Amino acid sequence: MSASDTGYRAEALIGQDIAAYLKAHEEKTMLRFITCGSVDDGKSTLIGRLLYDSKMIFDDQLSALEAASKKSGTQGDAIDFALLVDGLAAEREQGITIDVAYRFFATEKRKFIVADTPGHEQYTRNMVTGASTVDLAVLLVDARQGVLTQTRRHAYLVHLLGIKHIVLAVNKMDLVDFSETCFQDIVDDFNSFAADLNMAPPLAIPISGLAGDNITGRSDNTAWYKGPSLLAHLENVELADNAAQKQSFAMPVQWVNRPNLDFRGFSGRVAGGTVKLGDKIRIVPSGKTSTVKEIVTMAANGSRADLSEALAGQSVTLTLNDEIDCSRGDVIAAGDNPPLAADRFEASLVWMDEAEMLPGRAYELRLGTQAVSARVQAPKYAVNVNNMEHLAAKTLGLNEIGVVELATDRPVVFAPFADSQKLGSFVLIDKISNATVAAGMLHFSLRRAHNIHWQAVDIDRAAHAALKGQRPKILWFTGLSGSGKSTIANAVEKKLHANGKHTFLLDGDNVRHGLNKDLGFTDADRIENIRRIGEVAKLMSDAGLIVLTAFISPFRAERDMARAMVADGDFVEIHVDTPLDVAEQRDVKGLYKKARAGELKNFTGIDSPYEPPEAPEITVNTTELSAEEAAGLIIDYLDKN
Amino acid sequence: MAVLTHLQQLEAESIEIMREVVAQVDNPVMLYSIGKDSAAMLHVARKAFFPAPPPFPLLHVDTTWKFQDMYKLRQKAADEAGMELLVHQNPQAQAQDINPFDHGALHTDMWKTEGLKQALDKYQFDAAFGGARRDEEKSRAKERIFSFRSENHQWDPKNQRPELWSLYNARKKPGESMRVFPMSNWTELDIWQYIRLEKIEIVPLYFAAARPTVERDGLILMVDDERFPLNQGETPVMRSVRFRTLGCYPLTGAVESQATTLDEVIQEMLLTTTSERQGRAIDQEAGASMEVKKQQGYF
Repeated sequence: MSASDTGYRAEALIGQDIAAYLKAHEEKTMLRFITCGSVDDGKSTLIGRLLYDSKMIFDDQLSALEAASKKSGTQGDAIDFALLVDGLAAEREQGITIDVAYRFFATEKRKFIVADTPGHEQYTRNMVTGASTVDLAVLLVDARQGVLTQTRRHAYLVHLLGIKHIVLAVNKMDLVDFSETCFQDIVDDFNSFAADLNMAPPLAIPISGLAGDNITGRSDNTAWYKGPSLLAHLENVELADNAAQKQSFAMPVQWVNRPNLDFRGFSGRVAGGTVKLGDKIRIVPSGKTSTVKEIVTMAANGSRADLSEALAGQSVTLTLNDEIDCSRGDVIAAGDNPPLAADRFEASLVWMDEAEMLPGRAYELRLGTQAVSARVQAPKYAVNVNNMEHLAAKTLGLNEIGVVELATDRPVVFAPFADSQKLGSFVLIDKISNATVAAGMLHFSLRRAHNIHWQAVDIDRAAHAALKGQRPKILWFTGLSGSGKSTIANAVEKKLHANGKHTFLLDGDNVRHGLNKDLGFTDADRIENIRRIGEVAKLMSDAGLIVLTAFISPFRAERDMARAMVADGDFVEIHVDTPLDVAEQRDVKGLYKKARAGELKNFTGIDSPYEPPEAPEITVNTTELSAEEAAGLIIDYLDKN
Repeated sequence: MAVLTHLQQLEAESIEIMREVVAQVDNPVMLYSIGKDSAAMLHVARKAFFPAPPPFPLLHVDTTWKFQDMYKLRQKAADEAGMELLVHQNPQAQAQDINPFDHGALHTDMWKTEGLKQALDKYQFDAAFGGARRDEEKSRAKERIFSFRSENHQWDPKNQRPELWSLYNARKKPGESMRVFPMSNWTELDIWQYIRLEKIEIVPLYFAAARPTVERDGLILMVDDERFPLNQGETPVMRSVRFRTLGCYPLTGAVESQATTLDEVIQEMLLTTTSERQGRAIDQEAGASMEVKKQQGYF
């Protein structure tokens, strides 16, 4: 068989010309793969066989193995390869693999790391863990059993984890007399399932882990099979690193290297693309730009050795030509195509903790080198991993998978998982137990308004304000319909204008008819209405203006959201406090009458709530003050603050 | 398109791990055993933080029974890396004169396991780098790269944190700590290859030379100093030997060899048919012994 030939050739070279052998070994690439399948599909046996055939088993291990095979093996006097890979003591007794174990072997072309993971449904999290770092998955099927529920679950999981290369290894072919029909039926069955998942048909190989057919070389027992042996395929399949190099450059900053005042380097591992000296880069999320000055590494002798280029997968330290802010969590990216930042996402989530997910609870979200606080909403649906059905769910328990929406407390630099594993994958950590409770894969960001590159500008808020000789503020008037908000706001603006201040009044007329004409009066629309007004008010205050807003703005949460957009002291909440009966009596626009008659739905104070401010900066009681007096009170406040 | 070789990939991954530790914890330390794995790990650390020196000290948990050649390299390696070297010797073991000849397993337990716990407590380290590799031993094959330890330094193999992608979780409560194994995915051959490629200095004991030895229980032991109690009629014999792993000299078996260069050592390693840890008395107990030791806090 060709594999043993390969082994012997390599060994001969070791003996004859070690330098040549080592040179060849230096050039090897590395492939990480996972083996999965049901409990009895022969995973451990297959891995044991690969180690054995690639001569990775030493004499002492082999004699220990032979002894153990006789004592507790399942193969009579023959070697039980499975015993070679089953690790922890407790598992050895139970005869199953509980955790993820990593195995190593090498051929002439490649070094391999195998993640061996358990098959049972209760170990889904272990499989997901093992699958997260691999380039390829070998999905084992017992030729006598065909595609089982577990097979489908594992196929779904490796597909979910974005593994591009999947091998369907139909094992134990020796037990079905190497029947082509049997093999083809299984392949057809699997492929129709794969089509449902939008998964390309995998390479299917008929093998026997126990007897060695089609493992290292093509077997005479399956003359009808024309494809490569398993090992030949593993040696030649394209690596994920290559794919990452075709992306735009991005490097999450892990650590700022500052040994002295003369050196400031940004250390990280290139997540995608390549970077060269002089390349234009952009720091996200700040949007600041610069160019690459040096790519610093250490030479073997401890002196400095700079590179002219760094590739995806390399760990490097970059220096830049400009002194700009950049720290852990930022991403240094290609100047012309930086990743986006957003704070609301849809994602697939695999729950990994005994304690179930708590919607609304703030977890720590880790993505790249960023750590933020994130709240998860109740799942849109959970996935039945056995038949891929979508199920209604209020939460996710251990090993459950669902699609959720997440909100983070500040923008996160990201890419969809399908485009970038490094910028699209995340974990959730329980802030109290510190356990890693979930693994997630981002689909997309939800609010497109946040989905923008922050453009760093030189003329900032302070510059705008200085030119106008004023401190920008947002004067946020809130109160019932007919309470007098617009009248008072108008009076205040006139006084400010007379004093030479630059102002702008946002009210229902100039917002509801334009920017927000798509919104109605449901609670959701009211929230969105106020959110947009808050954003516009913030932009105008960034432009240096004193902004007055006159909207009912009935909900405390949205007013607080607007307050949080600007610095402390720049948001002045003014409660125009008019009792409902007084406002209804005034009924300037005849709206209360219509609402009482049922002609207007969701009217604040009638059939929609008003939440008065708890601690407004100013309260004006319109039953005691005229509009002019109220405006004077507000101007006094502004003069003092 | 250029592709990283497996050594470049491994080095990049180890560097990423080391930087994560420094960014996430308050007071890390690197356990330094002076062996070839430690040498390779230290070299990667120097690269990770260059041009700064690695921002943590080296800690040698000393049993007082290491080879003389190892003690000679210890300070030199720390100086070249620009790092502080801390040496801890368990005072109780010292007081009771615990030694490998009279006390067997107790020697390893007191000097190494207990000594390590004492040192970590004394300096309040909340993360300790170790050079262990997953290919060394079965229970190590399943350990996480960031391995959580309780306040009592215990490892719970059944309750390990899921470790996905390259997202490492070093969060912990006061008193708890992490053991971090940045070289987890390297094999013995990778380490040798890296030492060769990067010209890393290692203890001369890895190369064959004529050394005074005696043979006991199938192990060739080196008579490294006058503390070695010779049996009646026993005289050290000069043999050309080298060591595949280095530990306490009375517990570390040598192999007869003529390999005096790195290439020859690697050649012998590749052609040999005995796995690396067999030279160590500690692993020759029952199959699961290493797992038990690790649960107790052994590295």
